[in-house]
Amino acid sequence: MANPGGGTVCNGKLHNHKKQSNGSQRRNCTKNGIVKEAQQNGKPHFYDKLIVESFEEAPLHVVVFTYMAYGIGTLFGYLRDFLRNWGIEKCNAAVERKEQKDFVPLYQDFENFYTRNLYMRIRDNWNRPICSAPGPLFDVMERVSDDYNWTFRFTGRIIKDVINMGSYNFLGLADKYDESMKTIKDVLEVYGTGVASTRHEMGTLDKHKELEDLVAKFLNVEAAMVFGMGFATNSMNIPALVGKGCLILSDELNHTSLVLGARLSGATIRVFKHNNTQSLEKLLRDAVIYGQPRTRRAWKKILILVEGTYSMEGSIVHLPQILALKKKYKAYLYIDEAHSIGAVGPTGRGVTEFFGLDPHEVDVLMGTFTKSFGASGGYIAGRKDLVDYLRVHSHSAVYATSMSPPIAEQIIRSLKFIMGLDGTTQGLQRVQQLAKNTRYFRQRLQEMGFIIYGNENASVVPLLLYMPGKVAAFARHMLQEKKIGVVVVGFPATPLAEARARFCVSASHTREMLDTVLEALDETGDLLRLKYSRHKKSARPELYDETSFELED
Amino acid sequence: MDLRRVKEYFSWLYYQYQIISCCAVLEPWEQSMFNTILLTIIAMVVYTAYVFIPIHIRLAWEFFSKICGYHSTIAN
Repeated sequence: MANPGGGTVCNGKLHNHKKQSNGSQRRNCTKNGIVKEAQQNGKPHFYDKLIVESFEEAPLHVVVFTYMAYGIGTLFGYLRDFLRNWGIEKCNAAVERKEQKDFVPLYQDFENFYTRNLYMRIRDNWNRPICSAPGPLFDVMERVSDDYNWTFRFTGRIIKDVINMGSYNFLGLADKYDESMKTIKDVLEVYGTGVASTRHEMGTLDKHKELEDLVAKFLNVEAAMVFGMGFATNSMNIPALVGKGCLILSDELNHTSLVLGARLSGATIRVFKHNNTQSLEKLLRDAVIYGQPRTRRAWKKILILVEGTYSMEGSIVHLPQILALKKKYKAYLYIDEAHSIGAVGPTGRGVTEFFGLDPHEVDVLMGTFTKSFGASGGYIAGRKDLVDYLRVHSHSAVYATSMSPPIAEQIIRSLKFIMGLDGTTQGLQRVQQLAKNTRYFRQRLQEMGFIIYGNENASVVPLLLYMPGKVAAFARHMLQEKKIGVVVVGFPATPLAEARARFCVSASHTREMLDTVLEALDETGDLLRLKYSRHKKSARPELYDETSFELED
Repeated sequence: MDLRRVKEYFSWLYYQYQIISCCAVLEPWEQSMFNTILLTIIAMVVYTAYVFIPIHIRLAWEFFSKICGYHSTIAN
């Protein structure tokens, strides 16, 4: 398969002709699903970084059993629907009144087939109410269901001190009140809780200006603007940046907020395979060569939408290659760093720092404050004229209420903590602790023999479970027997056959907590037979790889 | 003691069957129905195998030996 721009992908410069000859050496080795890429850049201050990711495929019998289980679930779903339709069984879902039976149907019966027949049976593993701060340990309210998960009731008991492996609490800043939060109390006393206005009217406070300056300083860019809600940052600002006649190239597994923003903008959307630079390059070449569909005019703008860390896969974007492509084909780049800001990079500045790149090269840096900063809201940062344009034209600035002052103060406090401006090095220590915890957790899970997706530095760890019965059994077992709260995800958030459990490692998890969790996972993995990996590594791999122990001559 | 280990092993095996085939998430009456149907099908397969496989093997043997025997008489 020809790889036309293979050389340029790896090197920031436009020297295709030299690289054609050794293009085959640069091919990604994808044997058995493990991708290793040696990525080199021409600029002197980049270091050679080996991107180690793995997306191992499941053994064949697992996939067969998964589809078989879904088939059996579907058959029983048809049976129950038949019984409900013919009145033999009571229908607990929404139905129209009998006077409206002849009207156009209000509730689409078949589209909710999966929800009604499979999701309802295992629904007790989601939407579990908690009653404490989402720190490393939290309290879960106990609830039972009498009619197979159609309704729940609380028993009144609380399951205390459950280890939290599900909250996006990467740096441990989402915790109970402690003395360092005193400034938030002061801000609450002065400013109150509500802003009661939009940014354009009377909702711009000096707290927002302070926060925006601090965010710009943190990210090392010219300016930033903050918004009250992270989802709305994406969905309301992409329509302000692109419109009809523009092209959006978005990754296959982008978050719903990016997809919604892209669709609302009215631009043409083309999707490239997840994290696959060859697919992106092919789309870019076609866009530049063929232009718009009917008129063949040049596209007004080409915007590449990617995320810093993809939370369902645990993969980190291949930023250097995408930057090289963007420079070659003159496209714009929008990175959504919701899960990677504060969590990735030596000082927590995000994917640009992780790869050692200059943040000025990315056109639009977007992120949220929900995950690593323990607050809510989002930001968009970049050049000053971009941010000034957004201040005037963003839908969120005109119509949505601005960020609440105590939340803004919490973000200011977290940013100062991470940057070290409060006089201590605790912030940096937490970022490093998170990196250590992540690598330890991932390495141990891989040694045990589970299939883990993603980059070894991403703090979101998906563990593949595949079968729907095991998904339910895993979540229930972990909460009730082992007192560990995990989040499991299935269809439609993931592909049908790839249901997974998603762990979010936090800097506030101590080594003992991680060891408890790992031991519990070991036992559960043996009980439910979840260790599908065929690459079981021994504890000391280096000794076995050596063929001789003599010194090389 | 050994009987208890065997019983534990079989109950673990039954649990594995339940979670792999999605029976763990079905209601009890659905589980019984599914188990009954599955056992019925397996019983029918076993019965058919017991009754018909010897006869089929004997017929196949006669057929092939006739072919080989015919071949050898022609060769003579």
